Amino acid sequence: VCTSRFWFNYRHVANTLSVYRSVKRLGIPDSHIVLMLADDMACNPRNPKPATVFSHKNMELNVYGDDVEVDYRSYEVTVENFLRVLTGRIPPSTPRSKRLLSDDRSNILIYMTGHGGNGFLKFQDSEEITNVELADAFEQMWQKRRYNELLFIIDTCQGASMYERFYSPNIMALASSQVGEDSLSHQPDLGIGVHLMDRYTFYVLEFLEEIHPASQTNMNDLFQVCPKSLCVSTPGHRTDLFQRDPRNVLITDFFGSVRKVEITAETVALDRGLAAFESKFPEDELATEPLKYAEQLPVAQIIHQKPKQKDWHPPGGFILGLWALIIMVFFKTYGIKHMKHVF
Amino acid sequence: SAPVQVQLVVPVAVVFSSGSVPGDLPSPLPFRDVQEMEISVNLRTSVTSRYEMAYRATTAQEEAALAMATAREADAALRRLQDVSMGSLTMYVVPETSSLLPQGTSIYVGRHRSALVRAGGSLAALHTHLRQVTQVMSFTATSIAAALSDRVPDGRLSPDARRSLKSSLGYEITFSLLNPDPKSHAVDWDIEGAVNRYVKPVLDKLSLVANFSVDSQILYYAVLGVTPRYDKESSSFLLSAHSLPHVINPVEARLGSSAASLYPVLNFLLYVPERSHSPLYIQDKDGAPVSTNAFHSPRWGGIMVYNVEAPASPHASLPLHVDVDMARVMEVFLAQLRLLFGLSREELPPEFLLESPGNEGLADWELDHLLWSHTVENIATVSTTLTSLAQLLDKIGNIVIKDDVASEVYRAVASVQSAVSKLAMGHLHSAFQASKEAVTSSERAFFDPSLLHLLYFPDDQKFAIYIPLFLPMAVPILLSLAKIVRETRQHKKEPTKMD
Repeated sequence: VCTSRFWFNYRHVANTLSVYRSVKRLGIPDSHIVLMLADDMACNPRNPKPATVFSHKNMELNVYGDDVEVDYRSYEVTVENFLRVLTGRIPPSTPRSKRLLSDDRSNILIYMTGHGGNGFLKFQDSEEITNVELADAFEQMWQKRRYNELLFIIDTCQGASMYERFYSPNIMALASSQVGEDSLSHQPDLGIGVHLMDRYTFYVLEFLEEIHPASQTNMNDLFQVCPKSLCVSTPGHRTDLFQRDPRNVLITDFFGSVRKVEITAETVALDRGLAAFESKFPEDELATEPLKYAEQLPVAQIIHQKPKQKDWHPPGGFILGLWALIIMVFFKTYGIKHMKHVF
Repeated sequence: SAPVQVQLVVPVAVVFSSGSVPGDLPSPLPFRDVQEMEISVNLRTSVTSRYEMAYRATTAQEEAALAMATAREADAALRRLQDVSMGSLTMYVVPETSSLLPQGTSIYVGRHRSALVRAGGSLAALHTHLRQVTQVMSFTATSIAAALSDRVPDGRLSPDARRSLKSSLGYEITFSLLNPDPKSHAVDWDIEGAVNRYVKPVLDKLSLVANFSVDSQILYYAVLGVTPRYDKESSSFLLSAHSLPHVINPVEARLGSSAASLYPVLNFLLYVPERSHSPLYIQDKDGAPVSTNAFHSPRWGGIMVYNVEAPASPHASLPLHVDVDMARVMEVFLAQLRLLFGLSREELPPEFLLESPGNEGLADWELDHLLWSHTVENIATVSTTLTSLAQLLDKIGNIVIKDDVASEVYRAVASVQSAVSKLAMGHLHSAFQASKEAVTSSERAFFDPSLLHLLYFPDDQKFAIYIPLFLPMAVPILLSLAKIVRETRQHKKEPTKMD
């Protein structure tokens, strides 16, 4: 999830797309990724190289190739939609790609980046999500067993405050900075004019470049990524809610996708001579009319309609009472004789 | 998780044929007996199984059926005489010397809901066999624990328990043909015919459990993510067992799924290897080639490799026309479908003989087996969902509950109570239907979009918002009120002066 918009937050979009690329490289298909971006970088009028988002200086690596599937873009990236995706309380008309169809055997990786503060994360410069809301959303997910294990990575200022309030089991969290510290960006690109990546994510990605789908690297190595000397901020992590020892947790458990397979040793003996099957439950032959285009929006009617008379409602009690109080006090203070100036 | 106490009642009829009645019966036939056993999953979840045994002697028609030549014919004849409802079982005890069962077999399990058991002399030996076979045909402690797998403390579950699909209202089955080398192979598969002939009977039988929808597709230039090794000895290509997990992911990206439904998808892939990599065999852990040349992944589906015979002459014109033998393919796919649902016939002791279910794909008692575990799973899911919904509403006091959400909750509670009571009476079919309704209602209530609570207001935010709004407005009002009160008091003290 990238929670920022506007040109000067280029690095957050580059962060998110780079992590997206790594995760796809290690085997997770698009059907299993929900990507939320404001998506206003590649075609931004201020972008000197349109249709690209670079993550390295000197424009080495374009992470906005032709294989990027953004599920929630632009103004759809809101706190409400984010919480809806997590908890599953989504309107029935939402397509499959915008849902989190996980079950009790799914490991979920959540990566968030943007601007944050002590206990909150800013969404698109207009709203915020608090650490309590996030912890409650995770608890709702746990109640419905929507995850087996969850890895939460956050790259914002004071990121550690976001995982302070988690209380559901099987959650491991990583943050780029502690409370009171700012996460810093890595390198500006003089050709594009903005900072391209954040330091923590840059070093995490360097670490991930070494990982391949069969690798055995464990989480303890991920905790060592980006020490204070390189990152300036102190990355933090939280593993007390996690049941397994981080030493035994493989990176590919979250970043890649390795399925358990079994050899099929049995076959079903089929009688090939049988004629075509007559179903026990005959399909209902509904009398179907020929399909025709339905009048969904009767435009002619709407244009020629008279405006609906809105019912008049008297003003609410609180407002009435307040104004009555103010008027009474005014006239009591200044005397009733001023009423004649009003009428 | 919420406490669940469920009693599973299985009516069992034990029928003694002439010459098989043991000498040490506790009372003369017919008589009844009850065997109860507790399967405790964790501290708050317990499932009691109650086998209501009814012992009686055979009728004349049943004797005639048991006099047939083979066990299969006897089973078919007995089926016509029975009036067995779902969930109940009938055991026929045949004399020790009977020729119905082959040598070394003491238990024969038929296609429907009956079994033939060889008398063992004493009642105790018979009881052991009866207990074994009734458990196989209904449910075992392991299958119940697997159904309630999210309540079992981790580590105590066997690996098989995590294998089977979660109970769902419907499943989508997709058959895909992967042809990475269309220049060499022009592959033709009559999938529609194969589905009609082989798959529909199985799905029809399973239609009680869930709704199934089937579709198929052909993907060209779809390669496996792993390069197979060339083996000189067998002059074939081999895929080792430990590279199999990496095969699925590159393909999955191209598989796609139906946009409309949210049901879990089961993918069955048929891969025709490239000419340069033919023939391709899958190796198991010991290095031996797998006879089915197929593997499956729990909760996902299965993949089978179909090798094309090399043409007789090396100058045959390309592309070669390939007509896929759908029966052979479906034998493997349907076996994988059974395994995905958790119906395995592997771990039984040698004295058991199981009748093959034929084109129906699964025996009646295997269907019952599925229904038992799905019903228990549904009941547990509903109780967890409703409890967690109640906790959520307790915690966040100002969520508004719409009327339809409330009615779904009431309906879910009524359905789950009905399911539990029907299970306690031994009516498996209606218990399962009630549990399905309960799951539908509870999921609809829990996942209703209106229950999103963006209403978290910490106290410091309340002060930060309301004070700057109301304080400046309130100051002149309060001061004026104070002035009014003072004036009124003064007015009361001094009598009104009249000028």
